[in-house]
Amino acid sequence: MAGQTKTAHFFDKLPHDKRRPRALITGDKAFKAFTASVASIVVLIIGLMTYYLYLGSRPSIDRFGAGFIVGTEWDPVKGAFGALPLILGTLTTSALALLIALPLSLGVALALSEYMPKKFSNVFSFLVELLAAVPSVVYGLWGLYVLIPFLREVVYPPIRSSLGFLPLFSGPIYGGGVLTASLLLAIMITPIMSAIMRDLFALTPSTLKEAAIALGATKWEAVKLMISYARSGIVAATILGLGRALGEAMAVTMVIGNKFQLLPSSLFDAWYTMAAILANEFIEATDELHISALINVGLLLLVINLIVLICARLIVWRYLKVAGGIMRE
Amino acid sequence: MKRRDIALAGALLIVIAFVGVTIWHFIAPQTTEQGTSPSPQTTKEISINGAGATFPFPLYDKWISEYCKARPNVKINYQPIGSGGGIRAHIDKTVHFAASDAPLSEEQLRRAPGTLHIPMTIGAVVVVYNLPGAPEGLNFSGEVLAKIFLGEITRWSDPAIVALNPGVQLPDKEIVVVHRSDSSGTTYVFTDYLSTVSQKWEEKVGRGVSVSWPAPRAIGAKGNDGVVVTVQQTPYSIGYVEFTYAMKTRLPYGKLMNAAGEYIEPNIESIKKAVEYVAVELPRGDESWSTVSIARSLARNVQARGAYPIVSFSYIMVYKELSTLPGMDEATARALVDFLWWCVHEGQNYAAELYYVPLPPRVVKLNEDTLEMITFNGQRVLRS
Repeated sequence: MAGQTKTAHFFDKLPHDKRRPRALITGDKAFKAFTASVASIVVLIIGLMTYYLYLGSRPSIDRFGAGFIVGTEWDPVKGAFGALPLILGTLTTSALALLIALPLSLGVALALSEYMPKKFSNVFSFLVELLAAVPSVVYGLWGLYVLIPFLREVVYPPIRSSLGFLPLFSGPIYGGGVLTASLLLAIMITPIMSAIMRDLFALTPSTLKEAAIALGATKWEAVKLMISYARSGIVAATILGLGRALGEAMAVTMVIGNKFQLLPSSLFDAWYTMAAILANEFIEATDELHISALINVGLLLLVINLIVLICARLIVWRYLKVAGGIMRE
Repeated sequence: MKRRDIALAGALLIVIAFVGVTIWHFIAPQTTEQGTSPSPQTTKEISINGAGATFPFPLYDKWISEYCKARPNVKINYQPIGSGGGIRAHIDKTVHFAASDAPLSEEQLRRAPGTLHIPMTIGAVVVVYNLPGAPEGLNFSGEVLAKIFLGEITRWSDPAIVALNPGVQLPDKEIVVVHRSDSSGTTYVFTDYLSTVSQKWEEKVGRGVSVSWPAPRAIGAKGNDGVVVTVQQTPYSIGYVEFTYAMKTRLPYGKLMNAAGEYIEPNIESIKKAVEYVAVELPRGDESWSTVSIARSLARNVQARGAYPIVSFSYIMVYKELSTLPGMDEATARALVDFLWWCVHEGQNYAAELYYVPLPPRVVKLNEDTLEMITFNGQRVLRS
């Protein structure tokens, strides 16, 4: 923000030159109008989306009210709908995915920008960007055919036998479930997060690193300095990953087991998410209340996304204020 | 810089693809016309739009390609958007024909008066299981199935299952129930059957395209193929899939006890037989089909020997008076009825190779009567 005011100031100070070609001024104005209209389209789309989601979920809101958010039953036959298990499932899987993906993508980004020889890192960067472009249904199929058998046969049994005393890691292993969905989500959001973080590290001024090393810092200490320099950007990348995890439908529904229950018995048990139930039930839903309840879930997902994004933004601003000393300004 | 190059290349690719498709769009019809031009009067391009059920899509796709091969001026476009979407499109009159695995309910029929139901093909739901060490073709009864899916029978060694399968060594393992997570006609047919054979199921769960599954050890899988894969991967699991999917995979499937007390293996013969028993009591094409349920009729019929009990129709729906559809002209109406007539007759020959069950003669006759009712501006469309 400080940067913006500075540039505006700079333009104001330009000497008023009578000989400045008129075309340039009209061009500036046209461009300004263009960017403003493009930016307002974004606002318009979000506004319309929210409005129509609200319109579509009116029957459900009239019927259940706030009870929809805390309801724990989902029975299309009897017309009873509540979304609490879905909300919990969505938040849990996304949080777990982020927990796994954050250190992973930080590691990938650092390896690519700092530790790998240039010619390798170019190839690997390209591969990471390629992974970020793989459609989610492909991840879902891979999860269903490769990840699930592998986790059930190789990974989960030793975890259960060693950590089984914790309720989180006890109970039957189906293959698909909360942990599998979180792992798949983590794998899906790692490429996009690490691609952004790598760019951030590449953008840190080399003087910062050089100064640190000149003062006798080890490479690890210099890298730590870089991480703290790029901290706000890392948070931004994480938010982007979180957004994708919260809204992911197709891949999650293929591996989570789609069981509507308030809490799973363990991390191996099946659960459900908001986006997954939309992907599952919207196509064949004919009953008006059922459709409306599904749209209501969509509206809730939008609201939850908004809340999460606002919280994340607040964290970033707080960071910037506290650590303002070495950051940007 | 590199990333910008990639983006640029991607944008260029999209533009090229777009331009290519546009050019092809203008060129393609001309080349096909040059290729085959036997009859001079068939130069007018006719396009027919349909949408709906996904279950019969492979068959309809085959029908459309075979039918249009001989009639280059007719284009038929079928979008498998799901039965629910098909019914909505039918009520909104946005398609020429709609397909659904379930007949219109009374409420839907009120919103779409003058609808004709044409059963096009037959589906069946098959119980599949993954039981290491156990043989294929285990026996099940409706009651036991309902108890398994209710979560009342939780182990394979339960006396109720053992009693149906004398002499079979059943493992003392917990049963994992696999059901469809997406709403589907297959789930409707299966829960309709369970509701018929078990009062407790009807009270507690009921019938629907998606229901609230009560079994505690259950996982939901997306689509028929999702259920197949999940059952394949999960030892001691049981699930239900559409007949065509059960035939295409190597999963063992169960025999089901019918009302006559026999254990029947699902195959084309036993499914066709089931429809033959029910065909006598089917309504006319212009009547309401909302209460038609082959599974329910069979459950009452103790005479139905050799009939597999979980069988259902997949329907195509059209309006009796085609001129009420926006943008419909007489030539299109003729082509549509001709296509449906072809599907009911020649089309049935393609069913078996795709593991669909061809219609028995009595249903074909019923459909002939239905197609003869179709009119355009009050004039019968079908030329005798």
